[in-house]
Amino acid sequence: MTRKTRRLWLVIACVACLGAAAALMLKAFSSDIVFFVTPSQVVSKPPPADRTVRLGGMVVAGSVKREKNGETPIARFEVTDGQAAVTVRYEGILPDLFREGQSVVAVGTMRPDGFSASEVLAKHDETYMPKEVAEALKKSGKWDPRFGPPPSAESWNTMTVQDAKKNAPAAPATPP
Amino acid sequence: MLSPELGHYALALACILAAAQGILPLIGAHRRDRRVMMLAPGLALGQCFALAVSFACLIYAAVTDDFSVQNVAANSAVSKPLLYKITGVWGNHEGSVLLWALILGICGAAVAAFGRNLPTALRARVIAVLGGVAAGFELFCLTTSDPFARVWPAPMDGQGMNPLLQDPGLAFHPPILYTGYVGFAVPFAFAIAALIEGRVDAAWGRWVRPWAVAAWCFLTCGIALGSWWSYYVLGWGGYWFWDPVENASLIPWLTGTALIHSAIVVEKREGLKIWTVLLAIATFSFSLSGTFLVRSGILNSVHAFANDPARGIFILGLLAVVIGGSLALFAYRAPSLTAGGLFAPISREGALVLNNILLCSICAVVVTGTMYPPFMSLLFDRTISVGKPFFDATTIPLALPLFVFMGFGPMLPWKRAQLWPVLQRLWLAAILTAIAFGVAAYGVSGLLPVLSCGVAVWIIIASVTDITERVKLFRMPLAGSWQRARMLPRSIFGTAIAHAGVGITVLGLAAMSQAQHKIVEVPVGTTEHLAGYDWTLQKVEQAPGPNYTAMVATIEVRHNGALVTVMHPSKRSFNSQNQTTTEVSIHTNLLSDLYGVLGDKHGTDAAPTYVLRLHYNPLAPWMWLGALVMAIGGVLSLSDRRMRVGAPRRAKPISEIGGAA
Repeated sequence: MTRKTRRLWLVIACVACLGAAAALMLKAFSSDIVFFVTPSQVVSKPPPADRTVRLGGMVVAGSVKREKNGETPIARFEVTDGQAAVTVRYEGILPDLFREGQSVVAVGTMRPDGFSASEVLAKHDETYMPKEVAEALKKSGKWDPRFGPPPSAESWNTMTVQDAKKNAPAAPATPP
Repeated sequence: MLSPELGHYALALACILAAAQGILPLIGAHRRDRRVMMLAPGLALGQCFALAVSFACLIYAAVTDDFSVQNVAANSAVSKPLLYKITGVWGNHEGSVLLWALILGICGAAVAAFGRNLPTALRARVIAVLGGVAAGFELFCLTTSDPFARVWPAPMDGQGMNPLLQDPGLAFHPPILYTGYVGFAVPFAFAIAALIEGRVDAAWGRWVRPWAVAAWCFLTCGIALGSWWSYYVLGWGGYWFWDPVENASLIPWLTGTALIHSAIVVEKREGLKIWTVLLAIATFSFSLSGTFLVRSGILNSVHAFANDPARGIFILGLLAVVIGGSLALFAYRAPSLTAGGLFAPISREGALVLNNILLCSICAVVVTGTMYPPFMSLLFDRTISVGKPFFDATTIPLALPLFVFMGFGPMLPWKRAQLWPVLQRLWLAAILTAIAFGVAAYGVSGLLPVLSCGVAVWIIIASVTDITERVKLFRMPLAGSWQRARMLPRSIFGTAIAHAGVGITVLGLAAMSQAQHKIVEVPVGTTEHLAGYDWTLQKVEQAPGPNYTAMVATIEVRHNGALVTVMHPSKRSFNSQNQTTTEVSIHTNLLSDLYGVLGDKHGTDAAPTYVLRLHYNPLAPWMWLGALVMAIGGVLSLSDRRMRVGAPRRAKPISEIGGAA
């Protein structure tokens, strides 16, 4: 076996394996990537029912309802980004850090009767806001980090973009 | 005595010694000046000692509740148990950087102390590279994350530690994991030294391999410990979440596994030299970027970067120097390394090359999946996440062929082999695998779990067959087999055991895909049925703890009427931090775990109902048991050195390092 044929085998093996890896990744990228959406995006353009998305926003204060289907506990609550609210239905134990009026990320699919979550995450950083929710807030013009801490959850549910602009008048909407 | 100022001074001293250690031996090796080269071991030992003093000072400050030290005030409290006062030292950024530097210092000292049979120039260069890297990180520690900074006025009490982190599993996980990460600095230093010398030969492979295997053992244990921690603390019944922090440890493990295999080819056949050097550089680079980029959250959020720009820029600069510099040196010097021996595609070398290609493909997939979301959000401002479905769909199909080839790879002869005779020897493994496929197809749902069960059995039986074939078990008198087994190098047993460990882990993972769970909201006295067990909620009580109050449930589990276990899952509310944690109750019989979680209390006080989450996890302990078996295999193969190299002075200490895993 010459050096050349040996190298040919090596190249074939490398191309085959890395090609397979690339193909698998491209396939998975087209079907298994989870996008982050805000309630207003869901309302204006609902994702297809078989598509898993991460819905992030604030839990509307006073919207949490617990019920039971047989022995299965079900929680319903509304998630808002200040412009639209989406009802989330979740079967299971809400995480320890889940609180009304605070931010949450629900992973699941959009159904005709609302958002059906398979997982609810309430991981907080020091500002009690997941990074994604904070980003969405900034993008919607609700909060500009240069002008202090995020708005309190109570004002949040009712606040409009105009209110937010009133609070921070001279701010151009570009993130720092 | 052990004041924070002494610690700070010792850290600065260590930094200066490390800088000297990084420069002087290189000059000495270049000029072939033996006296200058002989400075290296002393400097390395001195640096290690200074760091040990510095670390002892930080522990002393934490144990004696010296809240004038900012790091202690921010992370400790008087009421914290002593164990967590000590382990809490490395539970925060500043302390963990110091621990990182200390372990790197210990690695340098280990090379200095145990590398006496290395050529003087090579040892000087290896120690110099370790010193240079250490100097960079100690400077980082001193300038941007000083663990000894004082606060004035000193608070009366510290802010305390997240209750979730007050757990023995998490207390010992970081040092073991870091030893794995940092341990790969030694193969890296060997690679750089070899590039500077322009020489890689079989002896180099022999010297570098034990260090790589020792680091690999620690990394394997560290990853398994972390996974076990998330399984029993987080209370979700999950063991691996594919989040960036976990992937950051998996990526160097994959390249490190490739490294310990390709180094065999360098050692035995002087092949794959350039590739092995590149793998050594890549593994340490991934360790570095893993610990510092992903863990510090720099890549994950631009926000964290903006919070402390100095820290982020320093780290990025340091990584650029270490990784970029070593890759530039590689590009400059690698062509001068001579190519190795020839081999046919079907041979032991061929199998090891295939192992490397597949491991690197898996690694490429994990890297892409981990880096894609942060880059998408940085470049295109789109928030996406890549989770379990993505990694399952991409890594498992690549891992399955790897597992199949793993079965007969170790049985192939070097240079040129025939596939058929090897496969003939594996007839028993093939039959048992076919039976396993049949059983799995009957009892397990899903194509990938069935395939995984089959290949797991294949790996285990093939590894056992490898040994029984070598000792000619049942084909000659037992005494003869025993004699042959005693003559067999221990690394052969190490390989077989480590491979069987992979099989055990894969079997556990495949079985865990069949886990069942149930979430119910029930009053006291209800019986639930899950996986053939009857779970009865007997009572729920309030119980006070040292700094929390707990709600403790009593669940009786019966199987066909016979009592299996009584579980006490609880929910703790910490008074100080307004936080609750969930204490899982797990009953294991090594074949399956019964896993109970207590959730919220609902309903009126007169007729309360409780949310319960019950899991049945088949073969769950096997996932971590397999990792332990892998590490044992690694240690066994380390202990083989004294026979093969004929260098007892060096072999003994290295096996001791591995033995601590």
